[in-house]
Amino acid sequence: MITVLETGVLNTVQDAGRFGYRHLGVSTSGVMDPVALRCGNALLGNAPDAACIEVQTFPFKVRFDKDISLVVTGAQGVLTMGGRKILPWTVVTARTGDVLTLERPVIGARMYLCVWGGIDVPVVLGSRSTQLRGGFGGYLGRPLEVDDEIAGTGGCVPDGFGAIPPSEGLVGACAEEKEKTVTLRAIPATDYALFTEEAQARFWSTSWQITAQSNRLGYRLKGSALMLKHPIELRSYGVIPGLIQVPPAGEPIVQMADANTAGGYPRIATVIEADLWRLAQARIGSFVRLQRCDHAAGLEAMEDVEKYLKSIRENSALYRKSFIRRDAGQTGKKS
Amino acid sequence: MTETIPALRAEQSAGSAGVPTISMIGTRAMLFEAPGEFTLGCQRRIWALMDACADRPDIAEVMPGVTNLMLIFSTPPENPEDMAAWLRKAWNTLPEKHIKGRLFEVGVRYGGELGSDLQRVAEHCGMSPHEVIALHQAPRYTVCALGSVPGFGYLHGLDPRLETPRKSVPSLKMLAGTVTIGGPQAGISALTGPNGWNSIGFTDLVMFDPQRDPPALFDVGDQIRFYAESIEL
Repeated sequence: MITVLETGVLNTVQDAGRFGYRHLGVSTSGVMDPVALRCGNALLGNAPDAACIEVQTFPFKVRFDKDISLVVTGAQGVLTMGGRKILPWTVVTARTGDVLTLERPVIGARMYLCVWGGIDVPVVLGSRSTQLRGGFGGYLGRPLEVDDEIAGTGGCVPDGFGAIPPSEGLVGACAEEKEKTVTLRAIPATDYALFTEEAQARFWSTSWQITAQSNRLGYRLKGSALMLKHPIELRSYGVIPGLIQVPPAGEPIVQMADANTAGGYPRIATVIEADLWRLAQARIGSFVRLQRCDHAAGLEAMEDVEKYLKSIRENSALYRKSFIRRDAGQTGKKS
Repeated sequence: MTETIPALRAEQSAGSAGVPTISMIGTRAMLFEAPGEFTLGCQRRIWALMDACADRPDIAEVMPGVTNLMLIFSTPPENPEDMAAWLRKAWNTLPEKHIKGRLFEVGVRYGGELGSDLQRVAEHCGMSPHEVIALHQAPRYTVCALGSVPGFGYLHGLDPRLETPRKSVPSLKMLAGTVTIGGPQAGISALTGPNGWNSIGFTDLVMFDPQRDPPALFDVGDQIRFYAESIEL
């Protein structure tokens, strides 16, 4: 059991997402930063899509009533457990009664508490993710509150090893990011050619600021108005995370994990899958630049992400195996 | 760098010249948009294409929209143009898919607090609220697609005389089950929340319940007819 002692608003149980129900209007949900979840699960030897707690408001404090191995990934901030600081992106083991505190991050926006075996909430429509608008999935279909008791299987794996965070292990669009600016690669989408040439140029050159109206549904950007050559009425079409829509006022919205499954605004571009986690970790008030890329480059970037995660998965498995062998050897000597 | 999108996009002629528009949404999804008007015949061709795509192993999910279809790949294609060519060919050769859907008779409490825009719709359309109700009840509507929020059906069949623009200031907390008109479309709201469509009535039907199998009340191809349970002006 994991008991919530302190939490802000909108911290939820999420897994890799709910797939297969989009045609009924059910959005993907799932973690905003899939690389952080998959990295945490790889370190623990969990299934890649095991559920975690996504923390986006701080401080967040939980107590464990059983020994359990865990990893905190995602944003960088002070983590304390049992009165001592612990390392992020690293397997640690909580002892019965230990209290873990996640302080407000210094860099990034969202932290992921991954536990051995995954957070155990009922699977609804194929996923443990919280569907906030529909009010189902996750923990009783709602954000976590103080005194909630979440089932975790409990159990320990070898600890004391970790991963290089993706911010260091993965090369983005921009090798040296300016402070408070993240560069995202994007591919022109369906209605790109319907925007004025000036709007097209401005889309790639503007330093877009992330407004306070940004959340799990989408990120609203400000910085310029993107105008169409002619006004257009579109019929409702399918939407996926990463798609950038431009409402009549001209300021773009990047659709995120909880985005509605259908929309009707003109589509200018799509942030590539490999860069979406960077946006999930960008904070309100910081800046985004969009860099044009093509299909091949988008695929290549995703291959890099897969390679990074594969090496973590393999190294973690090797470490666990060697630990068990060492253990077995010692037991052998004693007898 | 190759310009994938302009190559894929059948340029601005789409819609008038009968050529579909095919575009990529990132690397993972492809959107097929049919040319021409929003007719049931066109939607039936979309349904046929949807079935053909669902049978392909490289496609994980298919999502019909209003005269369009989004495909989500299990593995993104190396060359999207091959897929686009396959789609164009399928579109040109597949027969319409006629779905023998169920008929839902939906009882509506027109007007009152939960249908507070009835008067506004009547004024906009230049008729009395009773005439609005009569025209709203007359047709059989067809569920073309589900989307936006869980269980919401995009309906075909609203009488064009009832077309009423969406509200510039949305209702902040419109109840699920509100019977609405938004532009040229009729609907039944599926979730309680902000909504810019005009509310003309209310029904007790629950559009979506994750514990139900199937969770969505409507399926594509189903038919809906509204009748008045009560009228409050």
